[in-house]
Amino acid sequence: MSTLLEVSGVSVSFDGFRAINNLSFKIGPAEMRAIIGPNGAGKTTFMDIVTGKTRPDEGRVIWGDKSVNLLKMSEAKIAQAGVGRKFQRPTVFEDQSVFDNLMMAIKNDRTPWGVLFFKPKSSDNARAEELASEIGLADQLHRKSGELSHGQKQWLEIGMLLAQDPQLLLVDEPAAGMTLEEREHTTALLAEAAKTRAVVVVEHDMEFVRRLECKVTVLHEGSVLAEGSLDHVTQNQDVIDVYLGR
Amino acid sequence: MSRSFFLKNPSVLVFIACLALFTLGATILSDGFGVGLISTSFIKTLGKTLCLCLVAIAMDLVWGYAGILSLGHMAFFGLGGYMIGMWLMYERTRLIITESMSNAAIPPTDQEVVDAIGTQIFGVVGSSDFPTIWLFSASLPMQLALVVLVPGLLALIFGWLAFRSRVTGVYLSILTQAMTLALALYLFQNDSGLRGNNGLSGLQNLPGLDAVPQSTLSVWFLWASALALGLGYVLIAWVVSGKFGSVIRGIRDDEARVRFLGYSVEGYKLFVFVLTAIIAGIAGALYYPQAGIINPAEMAPIASIYLAVWVAIGGRGRIYGAVIGAALVSLVSTWFTSGQVPSINLGVYTVNWVDWWQVVLGLSFVLVTLYAPKGIGGLFDLISGRTPPNRHGKDLGPDAGSLQEQEAEQ
Ligand SMILES: Nc1ncnc2c1ncn2[C@@H]1O[C@H](COP(=O)(O)OP(=O)(O)O)[C@@H](O)[C@H]1O
Ligand SMILES: [Mg+2]
Repeated sequence: MSTLLEVSGVSVSFDGFRAINNLSFKIGPAEMRAIIGPNGAGKTTFMDIVTGKTRPDEGRVIWGDKSVNLLKMSEAKIAQAGVGRKFQRPTVFEDQSVFDNLMMAIKNDRTPWGVLFFKPKSSDNARAEELASEIGLADQLHRKSGELSHGQKQWLEIGMLLAQDPQLLLVDEPAAGMTLEEREHTTALLAEAAKTRAVVVVEHDMEFVRRLECKVTVLHEGSVLAEGSLDHVTQNQDVIDVYLGR
Repeated sequence: MSRSFFLKNPSVLVFIACLALFTLGATILSDGFGVGLISTSFIKTLGKTLCLCLVAIAMDLVWGYAGILSLGHMAFFGLGGYMIGMWLMYERTRLIITESMSNAAIPPTDQEVVDAIGTQIFGVVGSSDFPTIWLFSASLPMQLALVVLVPGLLALIFGWLAFRSRVTGVYLSILTQAMTLALALYLFQNDSGLRGNNGLSGLQNLPGLDAVPQSTLSVWFLWASALALGLGYVLIAWVVSGKFGSVIRGIRDDEARVRFLGYSVEGYKLFVFVLTAIIAGIAGALYYPQAGIINPAEMAPIASIYLAVWVAIGGRGRIYGAVIGAALVSLVSTWFTSGQVPSINLGVYTVNWVDWWQVVLGLSFVLVTLYAPKGIGGLFDLISGRTPPNRHGKDLGPDAGSLQEQEAEQ
């Protein structure tokens, strides 16, 4: 199987504290992966490194068929290359409508000049409506996104992620603060996305991870503790000791 | 810019209509063209106020929309004034000198004329040679181009350095203040080439138009300022109305998020910074011929702070708010500092408004910031009954979506 993203031997320290320690990770082009691990294991920091927010002290991050080095690229360039990210806390532009949020995310020319003279084509409008109905916000298209409920904001962010049409989706705790029904909808959205792209989901909730039915990577103190099916890792003694045993 | 732009933004048409009515009214009441109820000096004050409104809407674009609190835009304004002032001063001096020399027995050579102009202009700073920066001062088209180019280039270089190193927030504001201060201090020097603290003067006299009285000229400038403000307003309204507006408001609210959507935040900031610097330069080029004099004190850091205060009081993030703030505060300020407001005698202490106005202004700024962050423009929301819900605080939780909807409808 070919590799979409390969992270190898990455370490990063904050004021002497090693948040990521010699971490290696690989994912293929149409794969779903769950990352679990206790609080402070470095899950968010891992995403920060892949998306260019945090520069690691050592290691390599290689992307795509052409094996480009993501560590040399800016956040914007990495996003343009096809890495989309959903933050742990829902971050949508609250002052703007759902439609404007989606329109900003839909894949199009990103240069200031191109955006200044941008006129939404009918295909763009159709795409925004299609996404809105996918994430269950078709009726809310012209509301300010700040008025949405917490769960709706999470979906809007997932919608914005899909709108970018990325090859890799990094999703940080998408189900946090969602009701059971909302979680099921979220699982469906992610599973659908994983048919055509790579999806990495960070999640605390074991039930949620079980429903994703995918390979699981367990992170602990900044490195990989175990990897495999959920049943496999939950039987691993190390994992039981540091994570499940508590 | 199409019909649909105006349909979607009716406030632009309302503003243009108000501006046209104002200009018409002022013209009818003016000395030069109408019944003479408004003195020439007050027409000039009104024209200057329109220029201040123009720089204020530029400030609103860069601060209210893009979230960059620049405390240096009055430096760009001043630079625009200097650029047009150089031509005005050169050309007028040249006309006076050629006329006085034409009576001489031997016609003067070109070099003699240039030397005489130099002596006339730079005598006050003990020099007679033209500094290099006056290279194009004989050419109106060149100096007009410099009105745009000099502020634009300075903003481009400064912005590139600052944004590229991701300087944001209060550090960026301090940096822009430092730029303004450095520029003002440099211009104060006699050998800066712009006549040091004397500045450029006599700018109200347009070369070759000696026959036209100031009462007429002042109305011409009022028209030109109104036109520039109208065009600037439409331009800025158009810039913020579409997706570009979405992106820069996104940058203001959460710049990291915009980056992860694939937009180069630095490029957008630079674009807005340079565009607004150019608008400020043009506003300055229209302002100083009405003021008649420009000197480096005009570019002191405090001027840019006032600009931010106007925009804050008028209401950030809405273009008409900036116009209201700039017009109201600068006119009231002119009135208070003119000494026409009677002092209040408190027995033990006399409140002299020329001094106390600053305190009042400072207090209103603090009060507006604390209690009416939307400024005067926020009143329009009350009138139109549009009270957007404040949903920047805590989330109500996953199941409370319907509750928020009720809130929204209140
Ligand atoms: N910018 C930062 N500065 C200092 N410490 C940080 C920073 N980002 C993360 N950390 C630390 O790194 C560790 C891993 O954090 P994080 O990746 O957020 O964990 P989680 O797995 O819960 O998402 C934590 O101990 C956190 O305090
Ligand atoms: Mg985390």
